[in-house]
Amino acid sequence: MRNESSGVLIDFRQGSPETFESAFESLFHQHQRAVYSWILRIVRNSAAAEELTIESFWRIHQAHARFDPARGFEGWARRIATHAALDWLRAQRTQSELSMEVCAALAAPVEADPAITAEIRSKTALAFGRLPPKLRIAATLAVIEELPQKEVAAALGISVAAVKLRVFRALRLLRKDLERQGITP
Amino acid sequence: MNAHDEDDLKRLLRQALPPVEGNARPGRDLWPDLLRRLDAEPAAPAFSGWAIFDGALLAGLVGLAAFFPAAIPVFLYYL
Repeated sequence: MRNESSGVLIDFRQGSPETFESAFESLFHQHQRAVYSWILRIVRNSAAAEELTIESFWRIHQAHARFDPARGFEGWARRIATHAALDWLRAQRTQSELSMEVCAALAAPVEADPAITAEIRSKTALAFGRLPPKLRIAATLAVIEELPQKEVAAALGISVAAVKLRVFRALRLLRKDLERQGITP
Repeated sequence: MNAHDEDDLKRLLRQALPPVEGNARPGRDLWPDLLRRLDAEPAAPAFSGWAIFDGALLAGLVGLAAFFPAAIPVFLYYL
């Protein structure tokens, strides 16, 4: 995703209205799939991910004057997308957060452990949905998606130590919630 | 929670919520929708809500300093 020409990035940052719009369209088509799949990893709902991709690029369009071409587009776009996804998670009600995709995934997880019943998986997913969004997003990216903590930190705009702390707190809260339901991982 | 417990919990979490395919693509072309969104909500004016908020905050601080000059060192201390 770093193969965009510097001319496009400069036009996006400070081009004339015509060259700016052209550069924005070029960047959109080049990055929409990456932004969409990043958001999908966080919200786990394809319809929401599509809407949030549009929302992210709208924010990118609005904030183009703050873009630094020297630092590249991908990381900047990813951070904006992460914050859009975080806003969405905050706006959701706890019980309604599980999408149809997640429910389908619950029915047929990849390499399902036979010792873990569907009920336990369901309760775990619901308990995870009850975590504060800031903790949930860090745990989703670092634990479920197994992304490098440095990458998670860059996307969230926090330090690696803060990512570790959020993941630790997320797992501790999740464990407590599961224990209240009689589940001991 | 020791490292073993943490690993078990992580494994359970990944069973409950499997990772999403990292290279998924949207089910439709999002460009037309983005254009509609941009038409509906064009660029925010330069004098936005934040600027108003910043101005109000500054006015409040100036007023505080004018009416309570003794508060200035206290304010500077907490900066």
